[in-house]
Amino acid sequence: MNAKGSTIVSLHDVGKTFDNGTVALKAFDLDVRPREFVSLLGSSGCGKSTALRIIAGLSSASEGSVEWPSGAGQIGFVFQEPTLMPWANIATNVVLPLKLAHAGDTSSRISVLQALKRVGLTDFAESFPRELSGGMKMRAAIARALVTEPNVLLMDEPFAALDEINRFKLNNDLLSVWQELNRTVIFVTHSVFESVYLSQRIVVMTPRPGRVFAEIEIDAPYPRDERFRTSAEYAALCRRVAEALGKAMAAGGGS
Amino acid sequence: MNDRALRIVLPFVVLVFSVLIWGLVVWFFAIPPFVLPGPGLVLATLIADAGLLLNSLLVTLLTTFEGFLLAAAGGIGLAILFNQSRLVEYSLYPYAIILQVTPVVAIAPLLLIYLPQPLAVLTCAWIVAFFPVLANTTLGLNSVDHNLLALFQLYKATRWQVLWNLKLPSALPQILTGLRIAGGLSLIGAVVAEIAAGSAGAGSGLAYRIAESGYRLNIPRMFAALLLLSLAGVAIFFILSALSHFALRRWHESAVIRES
Repeated sequence: MNAKGSTIVSLHDVGKTFDNGTVALKAFDLDVRPREFVSLLGSSGCGKSTALRIIAGLSSASEGSVEWPSGAGQIGFVFQEPTLMPWANIATNVVLPLKLAHAGDTSSRISVLQALKRVGLTDFAESFPRELSGGMKMRAAIARALVTEPNVLLMDEPFAALDEINRFKLNNDLLSVWQELNRTVIFVTHSVFESVYLSQRIVVMTPRPGRVFAEIEIDAPYPRDERFRTSAEYAALCRRVAEALGKAMAAGGGS
Repeated sequence: MNDRALRIVLPFVVLVFSVLIWGLVVWFFAIPPFVLPGPGLVLATLIADAGLLLNSLLVTLLTTFEGFLLAAAGGIGLAILFNQSRLVEYSLYPYAIILQVTPVVAIAPLLLIYLPQPLAVLTCAWIVAFFPVLANTTLGLNSVDHNLLALFQLYKATRWQVLWNLKLPSALPQILTGLRIAGGLSLIGAVVAEIAAGSAGAGSGLAYRIAESGYRLNIPRMFAALLLLSLAGVAIFFILSALSHFALRRWHESAVIRES
């Protein structure tokens, strides 16, 4: 419907059945445009994380196809937890993707500094993960995902464990990074408010099995800030999305 | 007095009291030295026989150290091999367990038949010490954060990179625990084998000195040798604990000092 023109990744009729018989995804279709910020919204267990892992290649689809019209290129992934190596300081954690790809030392160091600066962790390069707060650890994880300058950034409920103040701050920072870098972001969340605030398009999913229930365009202009967060327009959009999510829950297997 | 100081002072107080009571009992009941020597006599023997005993201590410590190193290399190496190949693990793990559950005292006489004595003693030290290293390292290698594994997979890390950059550092706390246990056990293995071997001569270890002194009813020397063995065990424990603390102090919960 709205996937005319170029797509960076397109999932067609994707299904995923786990060994224990759970059907996580069924007939799942998704086209993502380059430089788009798209959210997958649904209750927990609706297969949105599974879809993300299939896009990342961390899990394979039982049926259907995942296509990258112009090649997969570099992918950045941010997990629900920061997933940092506790034995290594932040700089060493962030440099990991480059180290695994045998990148040169000098260029790596520059990339790490840049990535840390982008998430506001310049002063914490030498700190160990346990010395940082939850929000700062998440920033480090985002810096690690950005360090390879990926075309696509996949984020799996990255801010779910944070308090509201930190979540709002990271939402704002993520938006400014996205606008600055012009990359594609696929963001998984169960929060209506977060998805409306961040995305250009929200894909509402039904639970058990996960399918696309509705796609809602959020055409509010960027940059979005606290004024948008408290606007009537935002509230109206949230209500629309929440209603769609409610219907999706009813349409699915329920919970 | 703070907690740290108490931890050092209190055991010391207990030691002084015990030695004092030991000395008083020996003196009060006039117990002859061949039944129970007083602390003063043990100390005097330790000084008088210092040359002989320290020589033997050196022999035992050398065996312990070699056994420990072999156990560390063997345990960690085998655990890595098991981790890389399920088939090897299934084939060999039961035998590692059998080696562990069979009492080393029972194996030692047999080994002494087939191997030259120093090698048999070393083998005993190794057999006793290597299993904790193997078991703990295996546990550590298998407990890697699955999201970190996924991350390495995402960046197309090779097997070697996963092992070197993820699995081994992640298993370090467990490996160090294994090594700490192995340090004490390799001393026990060496002592058991020396006693089983029971050979005399210049190259004999501290455990043999104890057995020999027993035959000769030289009880003070038995105590002196036993004291040295205990001290050696304590020293090994502290060295390995310090090593472990040093390696983990920056990141692992067990070694981090928290302010409350």
